[in-house]
Amino acid sequence: MKKYILRRLLQFIPLIIGMTLISFIIIQLAPGDYFSKLKMNPEISPQTIEQMRRSFGLDKPVIVQYFYWLKNILTFNLGTSFSYHIPVSFLIKQKLKNTIALSIFSMFLTWIIAIPLGIFAAIKNGRWQEKLFSFIAYIGISLPSFFIAMLLVFLFAKYPVLPIGGTRSIFVYRSTFEMFGDYLRHLLVPGIALTLAGIGSLYRLMKNNFLSALNSPYIITARSKGLPEYKVYYKHALRNAINPMITIFGYELSGILSGAGLVEIVTGWPGMGQLILEGVLSQDLYLVMASLLISGLLLIAGNLIADILIAFADPRVRLR
Amino acid sequence: MRSFFYKLRRKNIVAFISLVIIILLYVFSFLTDFIAPYPFDKQFRDFSLSPPTRIHFIDENRKFHIIPFVYGIQSTNLLTNKYEEDKSKIYQVKFFVNGEKRKILGFIPFNYCLFGTEGDGKIFLFGTDIHGRDVFSRILYGSRISLSIGLIGVSISFVLGLLLGGISGYFGGKVDNFLMRLVEIIMMFPSFYLLLALRGTFPTDISTVKIYFLIVIILSFIGWASLARIIRGMVLSIKEEEFILSARALGLSTFRIITKHIIPNTFSYTITAITLSIPGYILGESALSLIGLGIQEPFPSWGNMLSVSIGNLKILTSAPWMLIPGFFIFLTIICFNFLGDGLRDLMDPGLK
Repeated sequence: MKKYILRRLLQFIPLIIGMTLISFIIIQLAPGDYFSKLKMNPEISPQTIEQMRRSFGLDKPVIVQYFYWLKNILTFNLGTSFSYHIPVSFLIKQKLKNTIALSIFSMFLTWIIAIPLGIFAAIKNGRWQEKLFSFIAYIGISLPSFFIAMLLVFLFAKYPVLPIGGTRSIFVYRSTFEMFGDYLRHLLVPGIALTLAGIGSLYRLMKNNFLSALNSPYIITARSKGLPEYKVYYKHALRNAINPMITIFGYELSGILSGAGLVEIVTGWPGMGQLILEGVLSQDLYLVMASLLISGLLLIAGNLIADILIAFADPRVRLR
Repeated sequence: MRSFFYKLRRKNIVAFISLVIIILLYVFSFLTDFIAPYPFDKQFRDFSLSPPTRIHFIDENRKFHIIPFVYGIQSTNLLTNKYEEDKSKIYQVKFFVNGEKRKILGFIPFNYCLFGTEGDGKIFLFGTDIHGRDVFSRILYGSRISLSIGLIGVSISFVLGLLLGGISGYFGGKVDNFLMRLVEIIMMFPSFYLLLALRGTFPTDISTVKIYFLIVIILSFIGWASLARIIRGMVLSIKEEEFILSARALGLSTFRIITKHIIPNTFSYTITAITLSIPGYILGESALSLIGLGIQEPFPSWGNMLSVSIGNLKILTSAPWMLIPGFFIFLTIICFNFLGDGLRDLMDPGLK
């Protein structure tokens, strides 16, 4: 088990190095000399420029700059934002927790809704329940996440039961519990939007997995042994159908992070999506580069978690 | 071709209907100049955020008209954008009316449009936006951008994916290793962030034509990776088949084997993959335009028509018809999804 996880960890290292390289190349593609642009900006003090020049080697050749940048990343120095005049790492720290909260919240909701629905539809395969659910799932898959978010914003702007935008209300909290509750209330609109956007595809995968598990020979064996149906479903079919779902957990995360970025912008949830958009709009390159890298690292972390989970769930994987 | 339509209709009626809707959407977008009642940038300053015009058959005196008509509208309160019908004047809605001057496909001068009102009457089927521009016409003009970007983007990715995936699968070894690691890294970034970062390397204020091509290039750059990976896998299994061995024994060149024997064998699968990946391009364009980094005003695209409503709750609640472009994005995507699934079942029933 430990060996397996360690091996997976080591396998991700070249991937991470590749990602830093790609992030760096993308930013180097930007037209114009970055360093001279910095110097021309009257809002940035000469001390800041001097400090950045030293730590990032901005006057050195591009390849050397990459290693400077890499060294800085390892010490969590992601550069200074030009529009905010504060370290990028500070900005990211602020927004990252909101994005992670949103992603985990909607992922949790998506799974606890989509998995039972998928099982139910697979059991009722071919009947009207399955056809109805599958049709709704098609609609859910085809509705863009940002459009679902806009429809929800429209709904809650008309009937203001839930707050839209921001993470907190303007009043002073009396307790941490109240603060947490208010945060959750603000999380609901983007969270529900993201959940609705994700349920469809997960439902379909679960249904197909469960169906193919039901068609396996061991199900016939279990049935001919005279096991009650619910035991066949939950002891035999479910366990085999759920394993591939854990594998696609990492893949799903990619969609959720992308969707979260857009939903954040539409619903005004202050997360990484808003941050990278602000960075792009103000041509704040270090902010963009860091946001891109962090989003990629989040995905790698998600994949790693999926690998560990699958090792727990499936002994065949961990003995390999 | 005809047998294909027949087979699709018999096997999967939903996919067939989707195909018809997709064809209709593209035909409408091709004939935009003729169908749209107004040019996309024509501003009616007196009718800002006017609701969809009602089309009547029965007038105030309960008299039935065979030809539908609209009433004139006038603003009752400029601040809140309230409008009411002026029932004293009636404007008939007719086909082939002498409308605004226009140029079909940009150069043929033409004066007629499919439908419209005569005289001073205005017909806004989907209402107007904040500048008083007809949303229906703008959706039609926007469909040119939103619908074409999917096709162009997917064809570029397709060529790249076929070529690189084919090379990677056929030659294997170092080339394969390098290309597949590149694919993995590109796919390891959440696509939205990669899209924004790539867009961020270019200035925000460039001309619409340049932005259009920029979006296509960026989307294809992201999109080729997954196609290449699929095709590589297929090539790997096809190259072990006996007909490849015989082609090699006959002395065919590697290039000929890849282009004539291997790639055509991946078609049944890639056509499905392409159909199912077109929505991604349409979504990418809409998303970029929605957040103001894509197609810029005054040119319409389905994405940037929605952008007015973001962060502006007043417009969103008082003018819900501004959300209509979103339904068109949805309609296009669901049709491509249905069609893609139908094609998959048709070409390879075993996959289902």
